[in-house]
Amino acid sequence: MENLVIEGTAKTPTVNFDKDSGVLVLRGRSIPENSIDFFKPLNDWVEGYSSSPKPATTVDIRLEYFNTSSSKCILDFFKKLEAVNGKGTEVQVNWFFEEDDEDMEEAGEDYQAIISLPFKMIEVEEI
Amino acid sequence: MLSFKGLVTSELLSSVLQIMESKMEHIEESPKIRKKVYNVLVECLQNLYHHIDPDNPKSGDFLESESALFMISRNVDSYEIKTGNYIPAEQVSSLREKLELINSMTKEELKEYYKLVLSGGELSEKGTAGLGMIDIARKSGNKLEYEFLPINTVGLIR
Repeated sequence: MENLVIEGTAKTPTVNFDKDSGVLVLRGRSIPENSIDFFKPLNDWVEGYSSSPKPATTVDIRLEYFNTSSSKCILDFFKKLEAVNGKGTEVQVNWFFEEDDEDMEEAGEDYQAIISLPFKMIEVEEI
Repeated sequence: MLSFKGLVTSELLSSVLQIMESKMEHIEESPKIRKKVYNVLVECLQNLYHHIDPDNPKSGDFLESESALFMISRNVDSYEIKTGNYIPAEQVSSLREKLELINSMTKEELKEYYKLVLSGGELSEKGTAGLGMIDIARKSGNKLEYEFLPINTVGLIR
């Protein structure tokens, strides 16, 4: 399988999923009107990756913001990772949010409550 | 103030969001408020985009049924976003119930309700999650004001 690299646009985030390092990065904003098409390759990639994952998988979510259409797809993405966790890899989610951005901090906490993956909340000056 | 009436397309939304983003960089100092307003605006406008259904014969009764309107304004200490679109009259009561439920909730209750809908629901074909109104209420921290105006058999929501 290949690494998954997608350039960000005004409505979709930059994607950098590296099978060799086990580091998966989502960065930018995610506000497409219909997010299903955008997220499908991401979920497919995780499925492919799960057949021979690295011992440690790090997922860096560095989103400025996302719309509610994306929120459901992000949950499905986490569910895919949840299914992989413990099966040849330990998954760690790093949820980045900007200083004072309570909305993104809360969004991370929402996922943390729903998904049983280790979440680390990381406050940064700039995403 | 910025207002629009007409057909809402994906391209139009992109342009409006771009205009608002650069405009707010000039007029709004707080990045926190900028983000919040932008976020609520995205949900409001995409809500319009998703709920105009040109294939829906029921909304075809009207020449203007595919058009929508929105208005974005800045007041002394707040921003106001108003949107309006046509909906079939039979959808009014369920939408009203949903809005009343959201408006009856505290901040904590909204958070729980959001998580419930997020983890329970499936996305529609249009990619809508049923979370838009909850998200707008959560992020704005305000009650949603709404009005249904009867237009023959079709209702207008604002």
